[in-house]
Amino acid sequence: MISSRQSGDVPPTNVGDDSSLDVLGRGRAAFLLSRLVLAARSFRLGWNIFVESRLGVISLLIIGLFALMAFSHPILMATIWDPATYDPVTGYAFDQVEQPAPPSWSHPLGTDPLGRDVLSQLLYSTRSEFVLGITAALVTVGIATVVGAVSAYFGGLLDAFFMRLADLVIALPSISLLIVLSALFNLNLFYIALIIGVLGGFGGTAIILKSQALTVKVKPFIEAARVAGGGHFHIIFAHIVPHLLPLSLLYMMFTVTNAIFAEAVLSFLGLLDLRMSWGIMIHTANTGGYLLGGTKYWWLVLPAGASITLLCSAFYLAGRALDEVVNPRLRRRSD
Amino acid sequence: MTGYLIRRAGQMALTLFLIITLTFFLVEAQPGDYASFYVLNPDLPPDVKDKIRAAFGLDKPLWQQYLIHLKNTFTGNFGVSFGHFPRPVLDVLGERLPRTLMLFLTSATVSFYIGFFLGKAIAWRRGGLFEYAATISGATLFTAFTPAFALMMIWVFAFKLGWFPVGKFLDPLVWRGTEVSANYVFGNMLLSAAAYFAFAFLVILVMKKLGRRIPLVYAIPVLAAGILAIVFGWAFSGIGFLALDIIKHMVLPVATLTLISFAGTMLLTRNSMLETIREDYVMAARAKGLPEKQVRDHHAARNALLPVVTSLVYSLVFAIDGSVIIEGIFSWPGTGLTLLQAVRSEDLPLVMGSMLFIGLLSLLAHAIVDVLYVLLDPRIRYQ
Repeated sequence: MISSRQSGDVPPTNVGDDSSLDVLGRGRAAFLLSRLVLAARSFRLGWNIFVESRLGVISLLIIGLFALMAFSHPILMATIWDPATYDPVTGYAFDQVEQPAPPSWSHPLGTDPLGRDVLSQLLYSTRSEFVLGITAALVTVGIATVVGAVSAYFGGLLDAFFMRLADLVIALPSISLLIVLSALFNLNLFYIALIIGVLGGFGGTAIILKSQALTVKVKPFIEAARVAGGGHFHIIFAHIVPHLLPLSLLYMMFTVTNAIFAEAVLSFLGLLDLRMSWGIMIHTANTGGYLLGGTKYWWLVLPAGASITLLCSAFYLAGRALDEVVNPRLRRRSD
Repeated sequence: MTGYLIRRAGQMALTLFLIITLTFFLVEAQPGDYASFYVLNPDLPPDVKDKIRAAFGLDKPLWQQYLIHLKNTFTGNFGVSFGHFPRPVLDVLGERLPRTLMLFLTSATVSFYIGFFLGKAIAWRRGGLFEYAATISGATLFTAFTPAFALMMIWVFAFKLGWFPVGKFLDPLVWRGTEVSANYVFGNMLLSAAAYFAFAFLVILVMKKLGRRIPLVYAIPVLAAGILAIVFGWAFSGIGFLALDIIKHMVLPVATLTLISFAGTMLLTRNSMLETIREDYVMAARAKGLPEKQVRDHHAARNALLPVVTSLVYSLVFAIDGSVIIEGIFSWPGTGLTLLQAVRSEDLPLVMGSMLFIGLLSLLAHAIVDVLYVLLDPRIRYQ
């Protein structure tokens, strides 16, 4: 609106001139600014609803804490931790007499049966868990948004194909499939993220985003865009997809949980090709026979196990709190 | 309904065909093939290696291999297991399938009921301490690291308290000198469970048909009598103590699997209940002056059940994955443990066979849920 009025004020002789471009540019800037203000307002509105749920805020704090942990590892390694002692994979705690050593000042969470510092392993793994989770989530949401929007927009055979595919993928037990794949291929972090992402993207998330896209498709502005001469590609990516993004963000959260969980289970079973992860930490303790020692060797299991549970449930609960923002029917009865 | 069932069966056959195709091409895409288990032996001369490859049919063109694979799979020939040589894969899996079914069916049923009842309760009493406790513990259990949680259960209940055996599915000392095989007992246990469910279903159906004249409460003694009859039947069958031994070994894995998987149903029921509570018919039921319990169970929950059943597929697949992990930890010799052992020993035919069985299990579960949905929702009539 603003941009058209301002460009209309420019005398016709000046069209194509530098000054008119400047005005046009300023008009576009004002338009973008108004969009930004609107976005900020709707964000604040959503944020207020999100904050109402105490669990959502707590889980956001937990995620922030883990992000801090992930950033702290390289800093600690560069400053106070000597790589020969504290490297998560090749280090050895020379200052301890027997391994695994209980927590001490130099090793706050003790050492594992191979003499490596548990805290260093824990912090080092946090980073890869984040990379894994976020990669998987982006892949899922990327695929699911496009599949959902395209099958809702075009319908027909394409829609039928993608929905039958989704039915098939939903019925596929993903961890069993990953176990089978680990027998055939050398799975690393990237492949795990990719497989989980693809399974999620073509599976349930696609169905949910498609049903959301169906409600967007019948809105008048889509028709307006079509009348204005917008192509299929333009309508899908400029008009439908932006309306799917809030819901996509929600399903990103759930995918992160799935990815971290699947990775942990597979590394616990010793089927992955990774340097270090929370699952591998428990795997090391288990193969050494320390798990049934119960509480005596708690530092071998508890930090890694609790981290998996905490981070998974934090993403899960944050997703549920986000669900209340996106889905107004779930809000409290009193409002 | 019949037409729908036929179409659903056709769909399942197509999906199964896709899964078989997928597994075939996965093996084809990996570095190496079925024969590499033998061919990698450096002591073999090259011509012997060629003969081994020819014996596996690997010298034929790919499309021919694929057709042979399809034919063999549909005739039930999954090949011979490397690890259990010379037993065929189908024999190994057939022996272990009832044990997985037992574990999976029991915990799936129990966790569905627990999840549904808890979800109903926390949605009805919104915002209380109970809701926080149930949501947090449910989400924690749901996202708990299953292997560590299962090991903790073993440590607490089997090792420290000594209530249950540590692992495996039977105690060899109890079974020494008995004539029957474990699978015979398993099969009979599954049969009696199925018979009891059919009986309970019939009783409730008859009660419903009789209408309001007889309250549903009277079904409880009949159902209890059914349980008693089964217990007596087993006690006098002579193999009752063997069944008891199996049950004793089953409690801990079933409890663990139930604990990790009930939360999914619970949280879903809560959401679905919150949506139905706002419907007009719930307000109408309240306005009529019906008791709270009646409104909750028969007006809100009955309708909230439908989306939960739709999403039951997710929880069933979750439970199937969970049972693979649980079987691995509890050394429960079912399909899941077979898969894990086969993966570790690179027993490729057995890996593919168990994947097919697990896929088949989830397909069947999916189909049953779909049919259940049609039965539950009278508004849906499939042509």
